[in-house]
Amino acid sequence: MSNDILVFVELQNGDIRKVTPQLVSAARPLAEARGGKLHALLVGEGIGELARKAATLGVDSVAVVEDPSLADYTAEAYAEAITQASKRLGAGALLFGNTSIGKDTAPRVAQRLGVGMISDVTGTISTGGNPIFKRPVYAGKAVTHVEVLESSFVISVRANSYPSAPAAASPAPIQSLAVAPDPSKIRTKVKEVVVRAAGKVDLTEADIIVSGGMGVKGPEGFEFLRPLAEVLGAALGSSRAAVLAGYIHPSHQVGQTGKTVSPSLYIACGISGAIQHKAGMSTSKCIVAINTDPEAPMFEIADYGIVGDLFEVVPPLIEEFKKLLHG
Amino acid sequence: MKIVVLMKQTFTTEARIELDGSGKPNDSKVKKVVNPYDEFAVEEAIQLVERKVAEKVTVVCLGPASAEEALRQCLAMGADEAVRVDSAGLEEADSSVVASVLAGAVKSMGYDLLLAGYVAVDDNAAQVAVRVAELLDIPQINVVSKLEVANGTATGWREADGRTEVLEVPLPALVTADKSLNKPRYPTLPNIMKAKKKPLEIKAPADFGINPPASKTRVVKYELPPPKSGAKIFKGTPAEAAAALVKALREEAKVV
Repeated sequence: MSNDILVFVELQNGDIRKVTPQLVSAARPLAEARGGKLHALLVGEGIGELARKAATLGVDSVAVVEDPSLADYTAEAYAEAITQASKRLGAGALLFGNTSIGKDTAPRVAQRLGVGMISDVTGTISTGGNPIFKRPVYAGKAVTHVEVLESSFVISVRANSYPSAPAAASPAPIQSLAVAPDPSKIRTKVKEVVVRAAGKVDLTEADIIVSGGMGVKGPEGFEFLRPLAEVLGAALGSSRAAVLAGYIHPSHQVGQTGKTVSPSLYIACGISGAIQHKAGMSTSKCIVAINTDPEAPMFEIADYGIVGDLFEVVPPLIEEFKKLLHG
Repeated sequence: MKIVVLMKQTFTTEARIELDGSGKPNDSKVKKVVNPYDEFAVEEAIQLVERKVAEKVTVVCLGPASAEEALRQCLAMGADEAVRVDSAGLEEADSSVVASVLAGAVKSMGYDLLLAGYVAVDDNAAQVAVRVAELLDIPQINVVSKLEVANGTATGWREADGRTEVLEVPLPALVTADKSLNKPRYPTLPNIMKAKKKPLEIKAPADFGINPPASKTRVVKYELPPPKSGAKIFKGTPAEAAAALVKALREEAKVV
């Protein structure tokens, strides 16, 4: 058994994903309770610069695995590299973001290590003894507390569930690990990767989301919401109905069959609030509903509401935010 | 080519969740269905048979007797046979245990392509299928919106954060379904009648030589989210309401 904890540092578009410092703040109390060290792990190729950046995440050490087989992401190669690195470092617990890559790789790593895993964690209940974590089930209609029964385990963490750990004053030491997946065991071939320019802010990691539903009345309605998103540095979300109506690309969809988000502020414009949609955003810290229909279910879970036409409310809202934020 | 589909019976997403006397979700009043993501997997398997790419579709489920209704639904859609692995004693089993039982079952059945939904809408864990692939030592294409199978390989369009990955794997392999993979068919009445005569086997884990391991995680508590008291509504002209809202977001909620 080892007391050390490993945080997987996911890289995207040449940077460290925003969920990473949140993983560090989830991991630190676990490491302290176990009397272990906190390692950050980066895998890929040509990632020295990002490793130096990771050294200021607030971890005790940074480990780097570089290999040509890791240049393109595949679950097989990553799972093997992470498993080997974790054994080499003697880490007992691993933390991933519950991202596309986290969902694809973490269960494989857990199975390869023969350990339990708790997915989509949104909070820590206790760190002493067997740690207990909180996670939503039944489309957010219930929350479970789940205990890990063995000292070694994997968790994947929903973005924006923990605060970001502050950057460290002095960088942690970086070590290169000489582990590499056996190329003959990597059967997955990456034929093509199509990157979508879905906006500068990733929906699942956004701190603020401005979201539109059928009330925006067409694709131009989303263009109308865009300046509100821009003034707030927010990502643009949508309901399923708006996607099905062809108002916006499916990559913006929030809900049970879309993205699960948990921003600090969710502004729902012209979204009625079907259970489908609520399943993907009900853990948002503050919810604002703007809708002409005072009976819209979105008002039931919202903290603040304006009953009115979004086309009349959004322009003064933009002005107010401009005054406040860029005054 | 033989396809095995992993299926789980779940609550409908519309179900109202209540806790029973023991603090667990009360399932006696709730309608249960084929997990919607598994339905995409079943549909894809049937289409591969219709396109003459595959010959046979077997749907396997770990569950209680009541799960047979969901298996019959898959047979009515067009699957050839179904296997229910009895979950007696495994009601509280975690994903690692479920995966070990299903992997054992799938292995002894034989398969070329393993299909499943990428997540079940009840526990939202998205672990079992990937763990099964790892146990069977096969590659995976996860969260797939389009699938092509030919010449012993599967090519899948995988929907990831901000990008689509086109991946190719040799069979046998696991492919998990995203919502946009297809539109599952409604079974016709004649097919519902036919499904009643299709083979539905009931097995125990021991029939596959599996002694289920102990769970590595345990749910210690279910909680219902506290009911929200309803939104604080700002009235007045749009300009007045907008000003009051921004003030509240800054001073009360402290989110901007």
